[in-house]
Amino acid sequence: MTPTRRRRLLGALVIVLGVAIAAALISMAFRENLTFFFTPSQVAAGEAPVGQPLRLGGLVVPGSIERGEGLGVRFAVTDTATEVPVYYEGVLPDLFGENQGVVVRGSLDASGRLTASQVLAKHDENYMPPEVADALRAQGAMPPHEMVR
Amino acid sequence: MNKWLHSWAAPMVFYDRAGRLLLPLWMLAVVLTGIGVVWGLFLAPADYLQGDAFRIIYVHVPSAWMAMFVYMFMASAALVALVWRVKLAEVLARESAPIGAVFTALALATGSLWGKPMWGTWWVWDARLTSVLLLLFLYLGFIGLQSAIDDRRLAARAGAVLALVGVVNIPIIHYSVVWWNTLHQGASVSRLDAPAIDPSMLWPLLLVAAGFTSYFGALLLLRARLEILAREAGRRWVAERLQVAEQ
Repeated sequence: MTPTRRRRLLGALVIVLGVAIAAALISMAFRENLTFFFTPSQVAAGEAPVGQPLRLGGLVVPGSIERGEGLGVRFAVTDTATEVPVYYEGVLPDLFGENQGVVVRGSLDASGRLTASQVLAKHDENYMPPEVADALRAQGAMPPHEMVR
Repeated sequence: MNKWLHSWAAPMVFYDRAGRLLLPLWMLAVVLTGIGVVWGLFLAPADYLQGDAFRIIYVHVPSAWMAMFVYMFMASAALVALVWRVKLAEVLARESAPIGAVFTALALATGSLWGKPMWGTWWVWDARLTSVLLLLFLYLGFIGLQSAIDDRRLAARAGAVLALVGVVNIPIIHYSVVWWNTLHQGASVSRLDAPAIDPSMLWPLLLVAAGFTSYFGALLLLRARLEILAREAGRRWVAERLQVAEQ
């Protein structure tokens, strides 16, 4: 390799490395802002702000869904460690249901209840035909929703 | 091997060899994508949770893979163009950008169409979606830079720097679903343990991905040949080939 080419290659590597370091530093600085939602455990630990808009992510606790008047619905969101009660008035996405991953936007009140303005269903990475899902259920292995690591 | 690789860099040699590769690549693209799409859209079973709506995966995921693959191809060609000043690498980087941009737009559009019924929203600013949108802007910036500078060799060098800067975004896209809590789900196929997608649904996905890759190859060679003709216009070998084509 000629000295000129080596110099150019070095320059290219410096660009890539420099940008990578800058990106890493920026993402560390904005760590909280890059996180799309808080988990119920983070809410319980007091990491989530009270009275300010935030997002909460977790699984819908089985048996916790209570339909109220009109479009009002109450349910609880869990990360298997702790639960947060949620109240929402509005249209729910198709995938919403028990044990389904959801991301809820709203604000916490002082008692730790979240009043939601938007409910999004979070799909997991599992895809399977209904027969396979049934077979898994028969073995007691369902549901595979494991969005909370 | 090295000698053989170098022989490709001559515009005339590349023009002729690429011309011979075109037909096989187009056939591969049509056959693989055709089988994959029919298999995926009609024969593969519906998902247990999403029903038939999951079938958009057969366009969305291969497009998203291609969006990243084409970018890495473009950036590699740009590096070769920047360091070794190989004209052919300049052509390949320049001509792959629009194809990558279209794949990125397709991934974003199909994801949005799926997101509305499944998530309940067309768009969220989570790390995955935002970093893919940034990828689209990187492509568009590269294309804009290429067309803003009349001197093609100068444009190639300027574009190469931009392409290399954008490389940092590729691992961010891939690992965004791991590093941060995102609304977008994690990887189903490219992960260390077994794919989280049933084999009956996975095979058509891989076929479409192979088909899209062939399509990229065919389209790239086609575009690169035209660009080479434009760059080499006035040379004798160009005149010879155009005369043959006319007869």
